[in-house]
Amino acid sequence: MNDLPVLSILIAIPLVGAIVTAFLPHAMARVAGLVFAGVTLVWGAVAALTSYSLDAGMQLTETHAWIEALGVHYALGVDGLGLLMVLLTAALVPIVLLASWHEADDEGNSGSRTFVAWVLALEAMSLVVFTATDVFLFYVVFEATLIPAYFLIGGFGRSGRGRAATKFLIYQLAGGLIMLGSVIGLYVVSANNGNPSFLLSDLAALDIDPITQRWLFVGFFIAFAIKAPMFPVHTWLADTTEKATTGTSVLLVCVLDKIGTFGMLRFCLGLLPDASQWATPVVVVLALISIVYGALVAIGQDDLLRLIGLTSLSHFGFIVLGIFVFSSQGISGSILYMVNHGIGTAALFLAAGYLVRRRGTASMKAMGGGVEKVAPVLAGSLLIAGLAAAGLPGLSPFVSEMLVIIAAFDHAWWAGAIAVTAIVLAAFYALWMYQRTMTGPGGDFAGVEGMRDLDAREAGTLAPLLLALVLFGFFPMPLLDVINPHVTDVMSDVGVTDSPPTVTGSVSSQGGQP
Amino acid sequence: MTEFVKPVVDYFELWPLLVVFGVACVGVVVEAFVPRPMRYLAQVVLALAGLVAALVGVVFVARETEVYAGGAARGILSIGGTIAVDGPTLFLWGLILVLAIAGVLLFAERHLGGGVSAFAGQAAALPGTEAEREASTSGLDHTEVYPLLMFAVFGMLLFPAANDLLTMFVGLEVLSLPLYLLCGLARRRRLLSQEAALKYFLLGAFSSGFFLYGVALVYGYAGSMNFAAINEAVRNDTGNSALLLVGMGMLSVGLFFKVGAAPFQAWTPDVYQGAPTPVTAFMAAGTKVAAFGAILRLFYVAFGADRWSWQPMMWVIAILTMLVGAILAITQTDVKRLLAYSSVAHTGFILTGVLGVQATSDLAAGEVTALQAVLFYLATYGFATLGAFAIVGLVRDSGGEVTSLDRWAGLGKESPVVAGVFAFFLLAMAGIPLTSGFVGKLAVFSVALAAGAWPVVVVAIIASIIAAFLYIRVIKTMYFDEPIGEGPTVVYPSVLTATTIAFGAAITLMLGILPGPLLDLAGLAGQFLR
Repeated sequence: MNDLPVLSILIAIPLVGAIVTAFLPHAMARVAGLVFAGVTLVWGAVAALTSYSLDAGMQLTETHAWIEALGVHYALGVDGLGLLMVLLTAALVPIVLLASWHEADDEGNSGSRTFVAWVLALEAMSLVVFTATDVFLFYVVFEATLIPAYFLIGGFGRSGRGRAATKFLIYQLAGGLIMLGSVIGLYVVSANNGNPSFLLSDLAALDIDPITQRWLFVGFFIAFAIKAPMFPVHTWLADTTEKATTGTSVLLVCVLDKIGTFGMLRFCLGLLPDASQWATPVVVVLALISIVYGALVAIGQDDLLRLIGLTSLSHFGFIVLGIFVFSSQGISGSILYMVNHGIGTAALFLAAGYLVRRRGTASMKAMGGGVEKVAPVLAGSLLIAGLAAAGLPGLSPFVSEMLVIIAAFDHAWWAGAIAVTAIVLAAFYALWMYQRTMTGPGGDFAGVEGMRDLDAREAGTLAPLLLALVLFGFFPMPLLDVINPHVTDVMSDVGVTDSPPTVTGSVSSQGGQP
Repeated sequence: MTEFVKPVVDYFELWPLLVVFGVACVGVVVEAFVPRPMRYLAQVVLALAGLVAALVGVVFVARETEVYAGGAARGILSIGGTIAVDGPTLFLWGLILVLAIAGVLLFAERHLGGGVSAFAGQAAALPGTEAEREASTSGLDHTEVYPLLMFAVFGMLLFPAANDLLTMFVGLEVLSLPLYLLCGLARRRRLLSQEAALKYFLLGAFSSGFFLYGVALVYGYAGSMNFAAINEAVRNDTGNSALLLVGMGMLSVGLFFKVGAAPFQAWTPDVYQGAPTPVTAFMAAGTKVAAFGAILRLFYVAFGADRWSWQPMMWVIAILTMLVGAILAITQTDVKRLLAYSSVAHTGFILTGVLGVQATSDLAAGEVTALQAVLFYLATYGFATLGAFAIVGLVRDSGGEVTSLDRWAGLGKESPVVAGVFAFFLLAMAGIPLTSGFVGKLAVFSVALAAGAWPVVVVAIIASIIAAFLYIRVIKTMYFDEPIGEGPTVVYPSVLTATTIAFGAAITLMLGILPGPLLDLAGLAGQFLR
């Protein structure tokens, strides 16, 4: 059992599934895809529960030489951050496949077989991204995830999706090519030190001089900022979520975009810590702008799917803020936020997708409301998901948001103050969205007569997500137990310690009686 | 008067060269004496046999040849030191011969034209006359193209192996003259083809003149044509350095014209568009491989000691070429011209690798060398380009090939396989990971950055972004745009072209996933023999 290449098998299952389902007839392809995705989830969960120990750093490692001449290795491994991202991906893909059961065969879309094959390919590539411990391998799959994403966006959804897909691809490729400069720079630095290699462990041991580090950081950061996305390179996000199907949007926003912030933690903080600290003032300002601007723009949207896409801009601002304030609350809050955002936004997109499919339009003005009387389950799901986005206590995003805001206050009071305003703005967009789509007089007035509520399949996709939101809202410790050891490692690698509390624990110093 | 020393001809090591030349001559004889109906088969079989024999010869020579300094270099200098059969030469010979075999297969394709090849029935018949109509209806076919191809291959083999300026010039001319002819032999759109041939000939002759003038000046500086002697002279730096610099510049003009580097790239789009597509496919791949081999040998061996003179020039040329190729490609509406400009951009990328040369002492153990990176990139570029042009020949209507980009809209639905393979070749040219183009670009950019040429690498990244945009646009046109009229029609080729395309795609994929063996082979080739 020790020598079993657990991670390679985890990646091979959806990859094989992608190739197999590409040749099956449509009806069988959907079932086969679900089976492959389910097996991936089970394998990942079993591996996590049996082979992963909380305190052991990078585990389940495999290292094989791949391209000797360039110092490249096929190297995989998971730590706390990677494990959560892997499990999030493995859990979301079956849900997406189930949610898109009928959608891929609609008029104008490319068919279920193509959809399932590309989704499984995207899953395989994403799993490699989150487990790669070799920078070359990371880069290869970082770019490779774009191809299935491009064909998913361009092949399924509303008219104008070809253009949205092209915009997405050009943006991401530009970022990726800028990152290529930094990847090559890392190789050259390691060669100048006598040991040309792309392995993370080799590169982390290097002592890179400050100026070079800053240039490398800029290259990596631009690519990850485009991926996340952050202001001002976020403009691809709204068009993409507007035109693509909601299943694709879930995968894009909840899995693919996490690669950006994952990369910031792994590469910017892990390999280039001094440059990350140097860049903190600028990054914090950009993150705060993303938070507020994203929320404001989301409020102004009429298209439901665009709105949800833009809320992610705000959420990712929080995540980046948490990463770059360099405190353990901040980093653990960000990682927790990444998981919670994945769950919450997935629920929001799927519920909105069911609504859009029933109403035939995504424009909230055209919808006119009144759904909650005829489809209470759908309305309830949308409400819970929306409140989660707003950070209601009792739902899991609240915990992570709290941690990030505390860390932001610790860094600078004005950073915390600006971040807090986002809570109000988030409540605004979430509740107003609910009001416009769900409340109001029903019946003939809004054209909702005869609208079906969620059926078993659709409810089955939302139930685990909503359950997770509530469960982790009250009991986030399982996630935090995985995250905290990783955060301790990161903090010690970066060489930063948390600032001590200003009020000490001793009661007598406050003048009280012991 | 010094005694004349008869140069030793190492027949074993020169076997590939001699076989190809011999087959070319036999091909001429076949053309003269074999009855017309049997000529096609005879020529194709002869050409393929010759190329395969030469390839086998290359493999044997590579295994038997002498190894020096623990593998740092291998090979011999033959015919009085004028031809160097060393590691890089053998690598390039193998590559050129494989590309030539693919070229012969494409030339021999008659299924696409409805029973006749892509070459004119009777080239001497003026376009639009009765003679031309007679020639095309009677099913005439020029089978001289095969010996012409073999002569061009001979030149391509000689060019990178030349260790002597005059031999290099001979190689340059022998490779170019048959290509000038082949460019004019298209069956359809003959005026465009003849214009392309004339343009190529005039500009090529002009640049060969520059090259020859450079040869004379460098001879004046060094007192010898031989690269080793020139290297000595450069090291000792006793002659008039103005002669050297101007000579170097003139030689560069001739060589940069051949590879299509800016500012000498103007012929590329017109010639690539006008020539018959199989010729374009072969020319785009083979000429560049041979010419870059020559550039590498000239600059690394002959002028290697004077790097500070030519490296800045190469920085500027590389930057210009990449930007010109990428930017002008965006405005193109014809697929062949678009691929031509993209190949100009690739020339810029390869030049980025050429200028990444460092002294051996500056390299860490196990670091990839500039020579290795360039040889690898040439292999990846050759197969991707050959495959892409081969596919261009498949999209046709009753009037011949359809190369206008907007008429390719809807190809994704019409023929998913053809569109998919073409998209794959485009992604390889864009340098998307998991394709060979990515590893090539990584290697080339690494050596340039390691040599300190970070401005060139920054421009290369910008050019890659621009180029990525234009390739994605073509993919989007094929898959997501509405077709004009009934959409494009794809004529499925015979096994000849299909094999070539499949082979190109397979190599591109394999080198993207497992580039190790080829990179190691390029490393095993070692350095140039001096």
